Amino acid sequence: MKKNNCILIKLLVYSLFVVLFLGSCKKEESKNYADIMTEGEMEAELTSPPHVPKPVGNRTAVKLKLNMEIKEQEGTMTDGVKYTYWTFGGSVPGSFIRTRVGDEVEFHLKNHPDNKLPHNIDLHAVTGPGGGATSSLVAPGHEKVFSFKVINPGLYVYHCATAPVGMHIANGMYGLILVEPEGGLPPVDKEYYVMQGDFYTQGEYGEKGLQPFDMNKAVKETPDYVVFNGKVGSLTNGGELTAKVGETVRLFVGNGGPNLVSSFHVIGEIFDSVHIEGGSTINKNVQTTLIPAGGAAIVDFKVETPGTFILVDHSIFRAFNKGALGMLKVEGKENKNIYSGTIQEGIYLPEGGTIQKMPGGSTAKTVVPKRTVEEKIKIGKEIFGTTCFACHQSEGQGIPSTFPPLAKSDYLNADSKRAITTILHGLTGEVTVNGKKYNNVMPAQNLSDDEIANVLTYIYNSWGNNKTEITPEMVKALR
Amino acid sequence: MKIHFFIITFFLMLSGFSRAQENGMVPVKEGTFVPLYGASSKKPVLVKSFYMDVYPVTNAEFLNFIKKNQQYSKSKIKGIFADKSYLSYWKSDFDFGNADSKSPVTSVSWFAAKKYCECQGKRLPTMDEWEYAAMADEKKVDARTKKEFNEYILSWYEKSKTYENKIGQTFKNYWGIYDMHGLVWEWTSDFNSIFLSGESRKDKSSDKNLFCGSASVNATDLMDYAAFMRYAFRGSLKAQYSTRNLGFRCASSTKPKL
Repeated sequence: MKKNNCILIKLLVYSLFVVLFLGSCKKEESKNYADIMTEGEMEAELTSPPHVPKPVGNRTAVKLKLNMEIKEQEGTMTDGVKYTYWTFGGSVPGSFIRTRVGDEVEFHLKNHPDNKLPHNIDLHAVTGPGGGATSSLVAPGHEKVFSFKVINPGLYVYHCATAPVGMHIANGMYGLILVEPEGGLPPVDKEYYVMQGDFYTQGEYGEKGLQPFDMNKAVKETPDYVVFNGKVGSLTNGGELTAKVGETVRLFVGNGGPNLVSSFHVIGEIFDSVHIEGGSTINKNVQTTLIPAGGAAIVDFKVETPGTFILVDHSIFRAFNKGALGMLKVEGKENKNIYSGTIQEGIYLPEGGTIQKMPGGSTAKTVVPKRTVEEKIKIGKEIFGTTCFACHQSEGQGIPSTFPPLAKSDYLNADSKRAITTILHGLTGEVTVNGKKYNNVMPAQNLSDDEIANVLTYIYNSWGNNKTEITPEMVKALR
Repeated sequence: MKIHFFIITFFLMLSGFSRAQENGMVPVKEGTFVPLYGASSKKPVLVKSFYMDVYPVTNAEFLNFIKKNQQYSKSKIKGIFADKSYLSYWKSDFDFGNADSKSPVTSVSWFAAKKYCECQGKRLPTMDEWEYAAMADEKKVDARTKKEFNEYILSWYEKSKTYENKIGQTFKNYWGIYDMHGLVWEWTSDFNSIFLSGESRKDKSSDKNLFCGSASVNATDLMDYAAFMRYAFRGSLKAQYSTRNLGFRCASSTKPKL
């Protein structure tokens, strides 16, 4: 009996060991992709953001020939602001590279003859000295060739690593290289390429003209611009990402830095799955994912309702004041089960649960005193400071490509009735202000006739506007 | 009599000036400075007195040289002395095409630049000489700590096609030399003695075969981005290379013959 027991225990321990061992074997990705043989040759497809090359899918590992040209070129940071970008393939971020594990990439790095500087490339997908940088320093008018085998699946950043490294990255020399696992990533309906970067200019945000790089601000890590895909508004005003209700969307999100980490978030969406840090671990149901400088993430989600979904760095002042804002426009049928829209708007009085009456009628009429223009401006300024300034900014300058300016605004000065209705009822859809298109939402403001009259009088009498005086009666007539 | 004397001295001075200009060199006085790289001990380097060309060599001057030394023409130069982009913007051996005769010659290899200077009885400046002469602004021998000076140099990196400009349009520095910054890069005789391997971050002092110039470890002034870029540029070159932004000028240890 005792002996039998002993054997039983031994058996149990043994089987447990076998189960554990096999189990762990199954989980571990122990495959050595370095040993995969390549079959044939292919020219790599390169795309500029927000586009990505076609999925790799089921193809075998190949020798992948890749031609990338470095160009130093002037571009637009935001309206009226020029910047000299250094680019991989003519865009910031650089061309998207798509490979699969086991591919052998033959990289041809070309430095355009008109460029001033030598450059190289450090790909985080490379296992080797400098991620390829050691072998790829290339003078203007020259070409360097090196090759590497991609042996780890994931989404990786590449960047220039020539001295001074920080400056090359700050000028836009970064991009993403995707190494798909065997069999490819699960298919989705839409795939996009979004990469954040911080920029340092000698002038403050929005200061016009060609803005040189500011090394002091870069060292202090105080960027003037934090943007997606190289400039303010690259993913708004016609550059919006698009999808239809019911489609699955995959974003390849990178962060070139050079300094800031990103709290990537899509307002009104929840990521169904996130490849954390671009690696193999998948997290589900994520609101905001952290993307380190020099790191990446793959986020997948299904869009269930129509509308405009805003991509932001949820370090939120960057989004509304430095440019880190993009849009995903989803078209299709509303799904009231998931989102109702506004059902009802009523009055809320915190005093309590007795039956409330709409103010008005003969009882609750407050008498608005007659005010001079100066008084209106004074009161209006206070209202502006608490209600309007966050979007339209302290001097009514607005935020380029996001919130229209009120200063010297042709839209505002053309029609004071329209200005009143905008505050009363809100405004959505495209408007053209001073020749620039804006497409955003201004909510209806909960202000009294007197308050609206005051704030509008203040706005009309500030920043070069046409000095219209608005009265509470005018507001009342339009309410 | 007095007036005559004055006139004669005036003419003598004038001819002296014109000769100096013909010759196109100015003296640079001996001095010491700490270069960005190369002085891991951060000890100053001594630069002995030398003469430097006032301007970079122009297209017209280089054409003149090629006519006398046809083995350095576009079609005849040997492959080991120049790569395929040698004088790429020239239409043919003796025609620099649409380029301005007073613009700096570029797309020349180190071998050709060296030969040119030798034919003038001169030589290429050393990197230390070049950097020493280039650290002067209009008024100071060493202006490297001046914010505007650095911004001026950096702003050049953001202007394209400056090689199309004529010589002598930037500023005249303390020594009387033009165009050290703002026109083109320039060859130096020992451009590759300080070698930044392609990977600037790994260039540690322990790597003795290469040069010990790490962007983060060994530089004397981490904010001198302009200098970083010059050294990085030189590090990317080989002697047979030629690029559109790279020209040269000559120097001499002894007083140039009139």
